[in-house]
Amino acid sequence: MAKKRHITTKINGDTVEFLCEPRQTLLEVLRNTLDLTGTKEGCSNGNCGACTVLMNGRPVDSCLVLAVEAEDAELKTIEGVACGTHLNAVQSAFLEGAALQCGICTPGFIMQSEALLAENPNPSEQEIRFYLAGNLCRCTGYDKIVQAVQTAAGKRQTESGTKCCH
Amino acid sequence: MSTATKPKYKVIGTRPIRHDGADKATGRAKYGADIKLTGMLYAAMLRSPHAHAIIKSIDTSKAEKLPGVRAVVTGADLPEQGDRIVELGEGAVNMRHLSSNVLARGKVNYKGHAIAAVAADNIHIAEEACKLIEVQYEVLAPVMDVVEAMQPTSPVINSDVKDDSGKPTNVAKTYLFEKGDLAKGFAEADLVIEKEFRTATVHQGYIEPHNATVFWNADGKVTVWMSTQGTFTARQQTAELHRIPISDVKVVPMEIGGGFGGKISVYLPPVAAALSKKTGKPVKLVMDRAAVFEATGPTPGSSMKVKIGVKKDGTLVAGDAWVAFEAGGYPGSPVGMGCMCVFACYDIPNARVQGFDVCVNRPRTNAYRAPGSTQVAFAVETIVDELCEKLGIDPIEFRLKNGAQEGVRRVDGPVFPRIGMKETVQAIKDSPHWKTPLTGKHRGRGVATGFWFNCGLKSAASATVNPDGTVSLLEGSTDIGGSRASISMQLAETLGIRAEDVKPSVVDTDSVGYTDVTGGSRVTFATGIAAIEAAKDIIGQLKERAAIIWECEAAQVKYEDGSVIGPKGKKLTFKELADKLHHTGGAVIGRGTSSEATQGGAFGTHAVDVEVDMDTGKVSILRYTIAQDAGTAIHPSYVEGQFTGGVVQGIGWALNEEYWYDASGSMKNATYLDYRIPTCYDVPTVETIIVEVPDPQHPYGVRGVGEVPIVPPPAAIANAIYNATGVRMADLPMSPPRLMKAILSK
Repeated sequence: MAKKRHITTKINGDTVEFLCEPRQTLLEVLRNTLDLTGTKEGCSNGNCGACTVLMNGRPVDSCLVLAVEAEDAELKTIEGVACGTHLNAVQSAFLEGAALQCGICTPGFIMQSEALLAENPNPSEQEIRFYLAGNLCRCTGYDKIVQAVQTAAGKRQTESGTKCCH
Repeated sequence: MSTATKPKYKVIGTRPIRHDGADKATGRAKYGADIKLTGMLYAAMLRSPHAHAIIKSIDTSKAEKLPGVRAVVTGADLPEQGDRIVELGEGAVNMRHLSSNVLARGKVNYKGHAIAAVAADNIHIAEEACKLIEVQYEVLAPVMDVVEAMQPTSPVINSDVKDDSGKPTNVAKTYLFEKGDLAKGFAEADLVIEKEFRTATVHQGYIEPHNATVFWNADGKVTVWMSTQGTFTARQQTAELHRIPISDVKVVPMEIGGGFGGKISVYLPPVAAALSKKTGKPVKLVMDRAAVFEATGPTPGSSMKVKIGVKKDGTLVAGDAWVAFEAGGYPGSPVGMGCMCVFACYDIPNARVQGFDVCVNRPRTNAYRAPGSTQVAFAVETIVDELCEKLGIDPIEFRLKNGAQEGVRRVDGPVFPRIGMKETVQAIKDSPHWKTPLTGKHRGRGVATGFWFNCGLKSAASATVNPDGTVSLLEGSTDIGGSRASISMQLAETLGIRAEDVKPSVVDTDSVGYTDVTGGSRVTFATGIAAIEAAKDIIGQLKERAAIIWECEAAQVKYEDGSVIGPKGKKLTFKELADKLHHTGGAVIGRGTSSEATQGGAFGTHAVDVEVDMDTGKVSILRYTIAQDAGTAIHPSYVEGQFTGGVVQGIGWALNEEYWYDASGSMKNATYLDYRIPTCYDVPTVETIIVEVPDPQHPYGVRGVGEVPIVPPPAAIANAIYNATGVRMADLPMSPPRLMKAILSK
């Protein structure tokens, strides 16, 4: 077994240190070492997007990132999206719009949607469908997810100025 | 659309936020793979590289010596089952076959078949140890094709599967359903069309892989934490496979990340249990994606011959169907249900259906959303379309003329109660989609109808009134798509309280009465009835409590609109009375069960517009509308969600999903990238029309909605492709290479 590495990173605003083997993925460390199980494993080869997290603002499949690559990075996971007990615009739009059924893909879709809206605050339906095409959902048929992202985009624009805590 | 005056409901038909919503939007909801127990070991499995082989020997000694390995198990670690057939909730199962499927015994019947499992201190050690297990195989010729497997010359996969004369065979079971006089029916026909069809093996494709964490305690009691469609069937299967009493096993339902019929059979709990028994520690076992494709139950590929006869005026007179389904490595495909569905959309006086359950060297197949109905609908609905074209009859008018309705007897016997088949056809006829002409080159419109039984089976619920006027509901139906909400809403409607005032919990097998699987589109129907019964039980007890307070007879108390009303205009709201329960006898706990109710059947009619790229054979879906009878839509958002989700799965089945095998029987596309389920960029918005023809078997008229949406899409799309290209497709999937070949050979 290779010697474990010491990694210092930032997750959801907090500085976090952990030990990992070089072969361990960020997904495995998030879930098994740090108990951040909101990030889901669907395929572990970058096909389904269930493990999407934001790394330095960019959405990544955490199953395709080695944990050692998190050194000095800023990570955001589904656990860091809500502001305390307040759901953010994407989360509440998903709930109000019934954009989830089983819910296993939901954290990945929310993270990918966060990245989309940060990049493009007012996306068209086609732009949403294109940006979310790397996230698989087998339950909803996608319509309500796309509609929820549209709703969230509108909400974010009317609520701009009321910044969340992180 | 409603066919009757709609009753006024306060909660039913509204769209409250689901009770488990915040947990699922924040990542707090715990799915099966999220569990971590003190001292827990991680397990991995060794799977067969061959599709068909005899296991000559298994040597686990090197694996056992690897530091960090705590135990290794093989099929020899599970008890012998003998010739036992056990009823497991959704049908009788040969226990020897189930046990051999969970861990192979002496023979592997498909690539990916489980051979051994290792528990270790971490998953990496467990995976390394699996590579150190030495297995000697005698490789046999694989039998991959359903029709070839039926030939007397074919190698036989299971020596204990025998025909009537006692000779081993791959044809595990045959079905025959007949109605009327087939020869007379076809003699009356002015036009007869007969065709052969093939459909590929497809997978449910749920995003969450199978998982189980098991602790075998020192007292012999076993606890299983897992994602499952049915905790009670998982309990029974685990107990039967270890030959221990069912009450020694407790199954704790974790949140479940999709199932669609594929998470009913157990694969992992008995294996993790064997490892836990050997180590005395909790053991967690999670499948990887390749194992999900290769070693869980996809739904069968099929070979079908269907012949239908009609009179010149469009009257349907006769139908004959021959249906063979791949069972996979062990018997048990849903071909029987497929046979019952073949002609179920129509009033057909003379018919015959023959079905064959055929073993092949593919994973043992399982249910997938309306199991068996999508395959047969593809055959029947495309022939119906061709008949209409040849007779010059509008396909909508044909269905309105010949469609099934109350009083019509199905070929397999049952007579339909009140159903909404024709109402769904009419809804499509009246839809903006159907009324908008389709223009453009290589574009076509198609329509198809589908049927699914929906089942009742058994459910239980209990509900406790809290002092603040809320109700805690305990139920046993694992929630895959918002059923906590749909069940709570029925309880709330009955009690006259708000949906938000019900706190639903899906609890373990020791904490609620026997409840059948979340499947068969049964949960909102049957667990809903159990919740309604629990609410009625509460109402009965509340009347007694009010009578104590008012010093009158309970018979003098009425319950109306969320309040008890006594003599002389005395009245207490539910909330006011709830606050007084501690002083009038303590907790009020209502209980309810459902066991006798059966559903009347669900129908949906779909319309689709496609455009075909004549240079590549790629089909684009331009517009899609589904009209389905939901009986009464409890939570319309989740009804729409079921409609759309089923349609998109059906589009995947129609256009590109299939298991690809090489000559050795090895699946070549066991990843999401290569199997490729639809993404949001592949599909358009699906327009949904909820038709409501209340089912008289349910107090509020509910019909299950989950399964039938997947049935019509392949046929509807095939009919649209014909209208776009002039090519009639008889094979699924209608992928670009297959469609291109058909276009070029036209």
